[in-house]
Amino acid sequence: MNGTDTKLLVEPIVDNNPITLQILGICSALAVTTKLGPAITMSIALTAVIVGASVIISLIREHMPSSIRIIIQMTIIASLVIVVDQVLQAFAYELSKQLSVFVGLIITNCIVLGRAEAFASKNPPWPSFLDALGHGLGYSAILITVAAIRELLGSGTLLGVQVLPLLEDGGWYEPNGLMLLAPGAFFIIGLMIWAIRTWRPQQIEKPEYRIHIVHRTEAG
Amino acid sequence: MSNAVISRLRAVFALPNDDPRKTLAVAVALCLACSVVVSATAVTLRPLQERNAALELRREVVKVAGLDDPGVSLEQAFEQIETVLVDLDTGELIDGGAAATYSYREAAQDPAQSLALGYDPGGIRRRPNRMPVYLVREDGALQTIVLPVYGQGLWSTMHGLLALAPDGRTAKGLTFYEQRETAGLGSEVASPKWLGQWPGKTVIGPDGEPVIEVVKGSVDPSAPNAEYKVDGLSGATLTSNGVESLMDFWLGEQGYGPFLARLDELGR
Repeated sequence: MNGTDTKLLVEPIVDNNPITLQILGICSALAVTTKLGPAITMSIALTAVIVGASVIISLIREHMPSSIRIIIQMTIIASLVIVVDQVLQAFAYELSKQLSVFVGLIITNCIVLGRAEAFASKNPPWPSFLDALGHGLGYSAILITVAAIRELLGSGTLLGVQVLPLLEDGGWYEPNGLMLLAPGAFFIIGLMIWAIRTWRPQQIEKPEYRIHIVHRTEAG
Repeated sequence: MSNAVISRLRAVFALPNDDPRKTLAVAVALCLACSVVVSATAVTLRPLQERNAALELRREVVKVAGLDDPGVSLEQAFEQIETVLVDLDTGELIDGGAAATYSYREAAQDPAQSLALGYDPGGIRRRPNRMPVYLVREDGALQTIVLPVYGQGLWSTMHGLLALAPDGRTAKGLTFYEQRETAGLGSEVASPKWLGQWPGKTVIGPDGEPVIEVVKGSVDPSAPNAEYKVDGLSGATLTSNGVESLMDFWLGEQGYGPFLARLDELGR
């Protein structure tokens, strides 16, 4: 693997993360992160779909008529999602029930279509594979981190194992119900974006406009 | 001949990408390839999925009947349960009706084995003529009756099991083992916390009509008729309404009503 390849794989994990920098895939990041187990399954499912879709699209990129290229990409992604869903129902029945509609919604996950359209349809299979894997891992990293925080603070467990003994069972930890609701995930993702941008200031966008004080109001 | 076909195909794929013939050829080829992959996966994995679903149903029946015990295997626990088929129109048990292998979902698809509904609060369109019912007896006396129920929620058909006491009016438990409601909101319909308020509720009134209500907000335990009411799911009004409607249907005249009215005969 040369330098460019490594960059393709590693860059989306922090420096060009699909969730914290591109702000894509937020819906599923909120929905499946109340528990660590489903988040890990969702991460694997999405990574499998994005890698498969990118490689296939890259292989047929020379033959893709531009007028129907988006629908071709959607068809490939949708087929892969159905395959993943069927595999989950056969081998991980419990998890497939918990993830319910969200596996199906991988079809509309902007990260998958985004990589297919922006990268795989213009690049050979190997770089497309690395790019897709990198984005899959970047998505997974955020999902798993958010889910670990939410499950630990919201239920006092990790992967279903009690880590913090709850007050109602005679322990000392009062679970934070906010963490189990969607806003909890927003707060955590927001704090993560803040932390990452403090660590990597080059991610901070230029302000689109500045607030000027034109004149003081009477009340001010 | 096949060489001729192949060379024709080659010629089409050698056309520029923007040529309509090429566009059509690519679209057809892609659809064929994708449908082969999807159907092959579905067909090869179906036996595994069906086995999972059957095991899951047994586990849920055992759980809602209160027979789950860490020391007892699922098979042993399920052996204590008698599976019978009920004719919903008459409420009578059907002898030798192969209850163990009967699928009410297949029956509901078959016009010969189901009834098109006029009054259809549960949104199920066709009701099977027969339903499996699970009976738990202790020393011959009926302890628990487990009724399969299903109905439309917001997004999906919710399949569940309602456990009743031998009086046929008091709930002993409820579970939804298959639903695809909004994760985090409607999907709470399957959470132990929400289902935990059902045991002890009265689902059928003194006049034999279904009375259970899923109310908005929470039920004041001191209010009159609190035993007929359960808390709604916050943020999931349509899922909550779906549960109430399916209870209305399945406990009513077209559901298990006639069967529940004849329960005394079973106790003997």
